[in-house]
Amino acid sequence: MTRTVLEVNNLVRHYPLPKESLFAKPRFVHALNGVSFKIEEGQSFGIVGESGCGKSTLARNVMALEDTDSGSVKILGNEVVGKSFDEIRPLRKDFQMVFQDPYGSLDPHHTVGRIVAEPLAALEPLTKSETAERVAEVLDSVGLKPTDIQKYPHEFSGGQRQRIAIARALITRPALIVADEPVSALDVSVQAQVLNLLRDLQESHGVTYMFISHDLAVVEYLCDEVAVMYKGSIVEKGRTEDIFANATHPYTQTLLNAVPQPGTGRHQVR
Amino acid sequence: MMTLLDIKNLDISLQTAMGPARAVRNLNITMEKGETLGIVGESGCGKSMTALALMGLLPENAQTTGEILLSGEDLLTKTEKDMCKIRGNRMAMIFQEPMTSLNPVYTVGRQIMEPLRLHRGLSKSEAYDEAVRLLDRVGIPNPSERVYNHPHQLSGGQRQRVMIALALSCSPDILIADEPTTALDVTIQAQILDLIHSLVTEEGMALILISHDLGVIAENTQKVMVMYGGTIVESGETDHIFSELTHPYTQGLFAAMPKLGMGRKKRLTTIPGTVPDLINLPQGCTFTDRCPLASGGCRETMPGLSDLGNGHTVICHNLEQAKDTRNGELYS
Repeated sequence: MTRTVLEVNNLVRHYPLPKESLFAKPRFVHALNGVSFKIEEGQSFGIVGESGCGKSTLARNVMALEDTDSGSVKILGNEVVGKSFDEIRPLRKDFQMVFQDPYGSLDPHHTVGRIVAEPLAALEPLTKSETAERVAEVLDSVGLKPTDIQKYPHEFSGGQRQRIAIARALITRPALIVADEPVSALDVSVQAQVLNLLRDLQESHGVTYMFISHDLAVVEYLCDEVAVMYKGSIVEKGRTEDIFANATHPYTQTLLNAVPQPGTGRHQVR
Repeated sequence: MMTLLDIKNLDISLQTAMGPARAVRNLNITMEKGETLGIVGESGCGKSMTALALMGLLPENAQTTGEILLSGEDLLTKTEKDMCKIRGNRMAMIFQEPMTSLNPVYTVGRQIMEPLRLHRGLSKSEAYDEAVRLLDRVGIPNPSERVYNHPHQLSGGQRQRVMIALALSCSPDILIADEPTTALDVTIQAQILDLIHSLVTEEGMALILISHDLGVIAENTQKVMVMYGGTIVESGETDHIFSELTHPYTQGLFAAMPKLGMGRKKRLTTIPGTVPDLINLPQGCTFTDRCPLASGGCRETMPGLSDLGNGHTVICHNLEQAKDTRNGELYS
């Protein structure tokens, strides 16, 4: 019996726009218009769509990093919407995030050891030696050397930095990792290394991914299920194979047709 | 008939605190009017430096040797004043990030009018009319109102269209597009590439399209050059190259790319290691440290150019072995 790791129900998030005049009615950006989906344990759930369709807003709301207007987000059955930061903190060890920019998301003043251990310090009271053990364990699982603990982020390449970010997310042994465009800042050859790593970690640790990307080929490679977002709503959702083989929504078809494919001998029909 | 663009033995090195970084080594390109050339490679392989060298926009710590001949005139020996007359006029460039390459405090109309007045000597009202016509040409709706917009009032795709209008304003001979669609969504990317393609065909310009995306290059260019660590490792006709990937790096790059329809059964092929540090490049082939075929001599001596016919050239010491692994087992 698999358990449901993440359950999102009718999530709504509207951002107010600046008023045009003092007496004008306030206007809103409808970033999320009632989004619902479920992710089972050990699955990868992909979310694709253009910039501005609400993908990243969804990630921030699932991670409880900002206030939600209405709806519910349950992680392992625990509701996170409407709770204060202090109430959510003990739950945070179950859900961690990997950000897009491996250059901006690691503090340049801290050593790798400190960066990776930071979630533990906040979430689990462990002794120094236990912490050191856990740090060594995750660094090993993402393919970094034990000697890297003393180094600083600038000594690493983009792909290695993203490994550090993944190690930081893994250290609390979370059930869910939300990854917001984790490979789009990386070169093709390094992107493949990180994608394979994410897949291996899923097999060895049984983590569940909510994987956000604008790159359809990456999502097809990594995800069991995929949801296509357009203007704040999910327009199509299903098994990855089904969606990519028989997209029914016109927007999904447009997206798929727009992806340039090398080696097919196809030239743009003009 | 003189060759439109002829780059001979171009070397670019950047002076850094850690020593000279050899950004481009021994680059040769020839292009005629109406040709489209793709340059593909990963970050730090020298693609953008090549483009900047063409435009005379290299940073101050750069040193160049070799020749860049535009219709027979060497651009590297020109003074800044002379380059100003060529830049934007006979050669124009579209940059990656349309938000930062447009000036936020001027209207887009004023920015398009600037090269028109400078290079073509149009009066203010003539330049205005031309700016409206150009905006219309690149597919911006309501051009006569949009000329008064500032860049922040336009979407990313529209800003890139404005950049294209700017680049086209003086009907250049060569259009350089440096990652023109990397910051855009796939659907907008398709529109912009279509636009560039149709404009280039109509105007008979030569196009240099720089991208890290093999798909974009494959669908939009006639010829392609693959760069790695500042050198061209493989070049030739686009269709030909993609059907006969030969250089170990090109093979790896292609295999590492997730492709639609490959499903989840197969694992992605990875090229071990990372892109080389340009300061400590090996004397010989720059791909040595990551190459599964590397042998003793690779590191020390630069491999020569081998011609495989049909203008398909490859630089590799172990060419025969590389040919044998074309069916994709090189990295498995």
